[in-house]
Amino acid sequence: MKEREYVPPTYVGTVTKYVFIDSPNTTPQTLLIRAYEISDGLMIKETCFGLQVTGAPEKVKQLIKELRTVDPAHIFVKDRGFPPGDPRRCRANLGGARPGYYGHEFESGLFRYISHGLEELERNTAPAVTRLGGKKRLDEGKLPLNRLLEIIKNEEA
Amino acid sequence: MAKVFIFPATSLILSDMVERWGHEALGAATGIRERIQTASLDSPPLQMTPEDPKKGLKYAAVEVPCGVRGRMALYGPMIEEADAAIIINDADLSFGCMGCARTNELVMFMIRQQQGGLPVLDIKYPETDDEGFAFVSQIKEFLTGLEGDSDD
Repeated sequence: MKEREYVPPTYVGTVTKYVFIDSPNTTPQTLLIRAYEISDGLMIKETCFGLQVTGAPEKVKQLIKELRTVDPAHIFVKDRGFPPGDPRRCRANLGGARPGYYGHEFESGLFRYISHGLEELERNTAPAVTRLGGKKRLDEGKLPLNRLLEIIKNEEA
Repeated sequence: MAKVFIFPATSLILSDMVERWGHEALGAATGIRERIQTASLDSPPLQMTPEDPKKGLKYAAVEVPCGVRGRMALYGPMIEEADAAIIINDADLSFGCMGCARTNELVMFMIRQQQGGLPVLDIKYPETDDEGFAFVSQIKEFLTGLEGDSDD
């Protein structure tokens, strides 16, 4: 094996996750800023589709849970085997898109249907909002107009 | 929390759905991460060690191309470990630069041959909003019906 082919294990004990955002309301930058706010020592890398998070499994899980609340139906998360910048996968060394991106590109085109499904599901399973008491009428508890006119006439008489 | 094997093993949508409803997705990334983070004389220059095709012999005969055996060394143990599986049947992306057609056939065969009958959800990619709703509903129903404690 040539020396340059050998890559010693890096970031041992960590997990890396992709966070994809496909939302009309939230940009990758907004999501990134939110991630930095709650990063707690995790390594975060901004990408055109969202971000990559690397760190201890529990911390990453917590961060993802928080990020999902930003736009639940439009954020998608996937595990990644390699850490960011790994010379065996990084485009800086290889050139061109790596094979996995073709899969992401294809599935990104289906996000709108999945997001629609998630929103519908949320709408269908959300508990119905019940109003406490009926709607109060504007003139409820007030003196009726006819009664007021009657009192005025009686006073005049 | 149940371990759910996903096919295509690199599927972003399936990986997300499984984790969204509190289970663990078993896909290519899980196996790759385990390999590249384990220090040994065999630390792979790429994803596979020379030992992997030999391990793959458990799942595919010696006449089968080593590419299939190498992939089965990754997927085989995960299928055996899985409590359930979700298969997208029209996933063209799993063939070509991202995968091997013969491995895919063998993976699907192996999923259906698991002892005790592995619960399997067969679906297709959505092409409309209504299909998207059906896709998500089916996965949620399947995952919430699995044994094991959910994380939610």
